Amino acid sequence: MFFTYLRRELRRRMRQAVFIALGLAVGIGLVITVTAASAGVAQAQGTVLHALYGVGTDITVTKAPAANSGGPFGFRIRRGPSGSGQRPKAGTTFSRSTLLNRALGTLSSSSVTTISGLHGVAAAAGALSLTDLAISGTIPSAPTGGSGGAGFGSGPSSIKTSTFTVNGTQLSAGEVGPLGSGKITSGRTFTSSDAAADVAVLDSGYATQHKLTTGSKIDVAGTGFTVIGIVSQPQGGSPADVYIPLGRAQVLAGMKNQVNTVYVAASSAATIPAVSREISAALPKSTVTTSADLASEVTGSLASAASLARNLGKWLAVAVLAAAFLLASLLSMSAVARRVREFGTLKALGWRSRRIIGQVLGESVVIGAVGGLAGIALGFGGAALVSRLAPALTASLGQATGTATPGGARAFPGGGPPGGGPGGFRRLAPDAASVITVHLSAPVTAGVIVLAVVLAIAGGLLAGSFGGWRAARLRPAEALARVE
Amino acid sequence: MYELTGVTKNYRKGRGTVAALAGVDLRIEDGEWLAIQGPTGHGKTTLLQVLGGLDRPSSGTVDFGGQNLAALRENQVNRVRASSIGFIFQTFNLIPTLTAQENVEAALVPLGVSTSQRRARAARALADVGLADRARHLPSELSGGQQQRVAIARALVKEPMVLLADEPTGNLDETTRDEIIGLLEKLWREHGLTLILVTHDSTVAGRAQRIGLMQHGKLSIRQDTRR
Repeated sequence: MFFTYLRRELRRRMRQAVFIALGLAVGIGLVITVTAASAGVAQAQGTVLHALYGVGTDITVTKAPAANSGGPFGFRIRRGPSGSGQRPKAGTTFSRSTLLNRALGTLSSSSVTTISGLHGVAAAAGALSLTDLAISGTIPSAPTGGSGGAGFGSGPSSIKTSTFTVNGTQLSAGEVGPLGSGKITSGRTFTSSDAAADVAVLDSGYATQHKLTTGSKIDVAGTGFTVIGIVSQPQGGSPADVYIPLGRAQVLAGMKNQVNTVYVAASSAATIPAVSREISAALPKSTVTTSADLASEVTGSLASAASLARNLGKWLAVAVLAAAFLLASLLSMSAVARRVREFGTLKALGWRSRRIIGQVLGESVVIGAVGGLAGIALGFGGAALVSRLAPALTASLGQATGTATPGGARAFPGGGPPGGGPGGFRRLAPDAASVITVHLSAPVTAGVIVLAVVLAIAGGLLAGSFGGWRAARLRPAEALARVE
Repeated sequence: MYELTGVTKNYRKGRGTVAALAGVDLRIEDGEWLAIQGPTGHGKTTLLQVLGGLDRPSSGTVDFGGQNLAALRENQVNRVRASSIGFIFQTFNLIPTLTAQENVEAALVPLGVSTSQRRARAARALADVGLADRARHLPSELSGGQQQRVAIARALVKEPMVLLADEPTGNLDETTRDEIIGLLEKLWREHGLTLILVTHDSTVAGRAQRIGLMQHGKLSIRQDTRR
């Protein structure tokens, strides 16, 4: 009887039922679309952050360089082999290569162990972000008034410099670290047996540019390294050009037991803030950067889209859904008002209020469910439209904010270019700010569909509750006396 | 069957109070047919609703088979209505979306009768009122007389002790009225029902055993024609 009565009643007021269901469908469809778009934006942000940060890395720990550490620097060519105190003869050719740590302050390797031992830390890996500076050329004629070593503060054009970035990578940290987000496209990555070997993994861009392949030789700080693999890093980051084992980097840079970046993976996303606080407490002078900090620095149309999805989209969906719920409730109450005599008759027949409320609720829930299904279809359609029509979004990460983000392109003022001239020392990155183009997709997840179903049933129950409450309050005599 | 003592029912109307029932004392025997007449707005329907447990008196007792309906909780009154009291209304009050058969079955729903039993009993009740061939029709597809027959079948399908009819022929032409009253009389005799019928129509009232007159909320037995 329940289903027969329900079906007939819905058929009787088909137009109204369809109207309510459509209202709910639009609300739910909008919620799904906005949620999917938000998820898409979050996914895009994730792509950007992974590119900048590395898969599996939640936190990075660095240290600001010591004051004046970025000042002018230069090579000093040793005096003559006999130590005669004479500068090398003009016309003598030379070639030198050295590893420099100018961008970041240093942390003791024990910091990695300290961080690894903190509660909520799944893994931690130390790394050295360095610059290999190679200089070669011919000794110029003596500058006027010069004494002592030959500086190249105003070096002639016959002296050539070249630089590339080197990352000393801890090999035993699994996914955590600068190679975590990369994909080996040729050869292999490091294994623990490579710890003391002169082997290198090259960034694919750098390898292509310099026509290097697996098996090629590359000179790092005057030491020949064999290329064992080529890694392709995600778009947008500023990857190092050459990756070598951390131990070798420490030796070559003269930075034994030192790192300048610690990559940390938290045991869960929820623990990241707590882990961040713990690290700050354990290493008070360090700079702790989380992906959330990085996300807040992302600007461009991706940030605008995120803001739009977060604010306007969310509130629009909430407003439409609330309006749909209100409309459904009002129409349901109006339907009950028109059936007062009917319910009075049922009460006269001995139907309990609970059964009558159940009947009204049942009708509303069916309308809600139909609205929910239509809403899911609309939501899928909306999400597909967003995926299809949304323009490519760009994200850029600002620079020179004073924090040191590994892999990020930052300018650190106070340094000088080789040659000792004034100006800022710039970490070697292809561009000053990372600009990434991301295509926005709007994925509809199972969670969103569950949310839609819950909303549909909640909408139906809410509407039915108002109607049912009104029906339950009816005194039979009063209901029967109602003139229709 | 019924024993009403000092029953009053007051309604608020604006700032004042209207006494729909002003101290009604009444005894109705099992199997009796009582007709209640009186001018509009003098408390006939209110008395019927109090008898059927659809409304509670402001004061007094309504003894029905040993239970005071005025003091029972709502769900207890519901149970009494569901099992022992049948109603017939002037406007038939059929559920418009349900067929004749389903309307009759609706009276058995609160009794927890199984679906198959419900169908069989409803079909029998419709046959008793001569509408076996109209079981699948919606109320809108039936004439007024047929709708009232369905309403009678619905009232009687649960085999109640008492049948309360509020102007059952008020919306019918004379021929149909006579058919319906003839049917009610037949069923009253066959089922041994107590029939309490409110009517303006003296012809209809004249068929009852007793006729009461409601005036200004007071009931007086005007005629005792026990047959």
